[in-house]
Amino acid sequence: MQDEVLLQMSHIDKRFPGVLALNGVDFTLRRGEIHALMGENGAGKSTLIKVLTGVYRMDGGTITVEGNSISIHSPQDAQNNGISTVYQEITLCPNLTVAENMYIGREDGAWINHKDYEKKAGEILERLSIPARATQQLGDCSLAVQQMVAIARAVDMKCKVLILDEPTSSLDDKEVNMLFKLMRDLKAQGVGIIFVTHFLEQVYEVSDRITVLRNGELVGEYLTEELPQVELVAKMIGKDLDELNDLGSAEEKKTSDKEVFYEATGLSSSDALPFDFQIRKGEVNGFTGLLGSGRSESVRAIFGADKVTGGAVKINGKSVKITRPIDAMKNGIGYLAEDRKRDGIIAELSVRENIILALQVMKGLFKPISRSEAEAFADEYIKALNIKTASRETPVGSLSGGNQQKVILARWLLTHPDYLILDEPTRGIDVGTKLEIQKLVLKLAEDGVSVTFISSEVEEMLRTCSRLIVMRDRHIVGELKGADLNQTQVMKTIAGGEA
Amino acid sequence: MNKKTGLKREPLTDAQLLMSITIVIFILMYLAAMAFLQGGFLHPQQIFDMLNDNASLIIVSCGLTIVMIGAGIDISVGAVTSLVVMSCVLYLNGGGNIFGSILLALGIGLAFGVVHGFLISYLEIQPFIVTLAGMFFARGMTTILSVNPQKVEHEGFAALRDVKIEINALGYTAKNGNFVPARMELGVVVALLCVVVIFILLKYVRLGRNIYAIGGNQQSALMLGINVKRTRFISYVISGLLSGISGYVFMMHTGAGNATNAAGMEMNAIASSIIGGTLLTGGVGNVLGTFFGTMTLTTIKKIVVSSGLNDPWWQSITTGGMLCFFILLQSVVLNKRSKSKK
Repeated sequence: MQDEVLLQMSHIDKRFPGVLALNGVDFTLRRGEIHALMGENGAGKSTLIKVLTGVYRMDGGTITVEGNSISIHSPQDAQNNGISTVYQEITLCPNLTVAENMYIGREDGAWINHKDYEKKAGEILERLSIPARATQQLGDCSLAVQQMVAIARAVDMKCKVLILDEPTSSLDDKEVNMLFKLMRDLKAQGVGIIFVTHFLEQVYEVSDRITVLRNGELVGEYLTEELPQVELVAKMIGKDLDELNDLGSAEEKKTSDKEVFYEATGLSSSDALPFDFQIRKGEVNGFTGLLGSGRSESVRAIFGADKVTGGAVKINGKSVKITRPIDAMKNGIGYLAEDRKRDGIIAELSVRENIILALQVMKGLFKPISRSEAEAFADEYIKALNIKTASRETPVGSLSGGNQQKVILARWLLTHPDYLILDEPTRGIDVGTKLEIQKLVLKLAEDGVSVTFISSEVEEMLRTCSRLIVMRDRHIVGELKGADLNQTQVMKTIAGGEA
Repeated sequence: MNKKTGLKREPLTDAQLLMSITIVIFILMYLAAMAFLQGGFLHPQQIFDMLNDNASLIIVSCGLTIVMIGAGIDISVGAVTSLVVMSCVLYLNGGGNIFGSILLALGIGLAFGVVHGFLISYLEIQPFIVTLAGMFFARGMTTILSVNPQKVEHEGFAALRDVKIEINALGYTAKNGNFVPARMELGVVVALLCVVVIFILLKYVRLGRNIYAIGGNQQSALMLGINVKRTRFISYVISGLLSGISGYVFMMHTGAGNATNAAGMEMNAIASSIIGGTLLTGGVGNVLGTFFGTMTLTTIKKIVVSSGLNDPWWQSITTGGMLCFFILLQSVVLNKRSKSKK
């Protein structure tokens, strides 16, 4: 079954002002396969998907579905041709019921028979083992279930090609497994699935084939089992593998023995239980734990991002009061928020404006940074962090995720912080940029900056941190350093097994 | 989650919960008025008076609820009502007939709705600005038509205006021994009909559900294949049309046109919708709630007057207080809810 070509995209070109986003890219999807589409940010994955779903018009090339040439001008065209997409951000309406979300926008006639839709929706949910009730309000379901409802909708629309764009980035392990089971079921029913993700392990867990793009060009199509993970990474970033090992292993990292920069006793906030914490100058430490373990809430308390409810804080041995972000900033603390879309970038403002934002706040609104100064700063950091942007005046919203992250990082670096908190700085960004950010963190530490690093990927934290604070159920349950810094030990501590 | 719970009744949706709160508060308030103020509150006629006086407010509030569910706003409804009243009065006095005047009312409302809807949906101009412009325009037009109050002299209309539906079962015997049946004006029937029609539209018609969808998440609605622009356009057309109907009902109640008719009605309509559980952020609302919102608002005004606070500012102050109270209550309830979901 897997040899029958379902979707063929040939020589796809897409030009944006000043950039050739896709250059003669080919992509082939067969019936009943899960096909991972891989590449760094800016490689052209999103552009290719958007061409296929009718969000963008291609400038050249052909698309055929089951051998018939089709032209796609709108998301509706794509759906009518059996191509459905489930995006990372849920594109359903939380205020409607699950059943309505599955049928709205494609009913016949003016009247709605709620009972009928609920019955039909219930059957599909049951068949796909999706744990939701048809009559339930969608907003009451977990994100994973909402995503599955979106898939159920696509399935009911008799989709032949299902595109899953970063479906797992906000799901926990259990939910990911549920999703994978659903994907395999659909695959068995002959649906061709295009799976876009940044998680390499997930690619190896479910996909049959991998297509790699780089800089808008096709690198190649491979059978998953024939492509070792290291080679995949090499193909994606187009760099030597040695760089991956450049960072050194955890055992070599010594805990900083300089003086303590920040110390909190019994710090608590509206969202974080009281905890003790300290960090030395030039130290990189990390908070780890499962989603919801309180790791982000704790660092938010340090920065004063949530309402601080108690505790004493000392910086350089002196008592200070940090209840608002501006207090933290004045004390040399910078914080890169977890959700860059919500807490970080201002999409409509230019790269330059976004970069100088924090510095401007620190200086006060009545001491403007001159235009030429701002331009110089922006250029300096665009170069230093290798931010890929058309110009410093480009709106940040049009940059890729990794580059947006770099812009926020530049914003904080410009304030020359003594202590930088990075909450999931590498989420949803490509391998190459991840490495750059990790290296940057280590370099900052060498220069005496203290860094707290949070990441869902334990491996990444092991590479950068010399001390790991492990949280479970909103409590600190352990602190690992030295020889204890290894994957097994971290997992054990998170899971609660006594070492 | 248990699959077997499929048959279980779902918990109330946000809109249903907010509406229930309003209904409960309305009933409690009314009972309190009956107990402490007595007087008119003891007679069913009080309720009919409230309906008679506010039929047109109920109608425009329904329109506003639709627009607000679609995450929009229409502040022109009061001014359009006023323009319709004045136009129809002059038309009737100029020798027009009843049928023509009804068409005129609907036509004016429709025209405003179409223009608003077009500018907002297809040219993507902020609804607040567009309907603000519409409001000034309609007010200005009303004044151009006549600065002085105009009374309807048309005989046929006078007959129509005086039609009262008498309900003997809810009547009472007055002090002089005469039996007085409860009286309801024709406009109330129109208003209640509007509530029922809009209720059905919002719940069982595709268009209605699409309005909820665009209010819930416009981007998603687009991806789900809903024609967002057309849906939004129609929501303003309906609101305009209801303003037209409201104008006619208003005229049937007062029998005269005045440039200051229905002043501030749009704000009362917004307040009614909000008290009834419609959220300004869109996607949540229920037209039955709006009906009870209007009744709640009216009751509190009646209570203020019956308590001897006759100065007009007391009504404004209590309306403001009420609105504040309901918004606070809603935000507390919804917050609590979203926390307990986690």
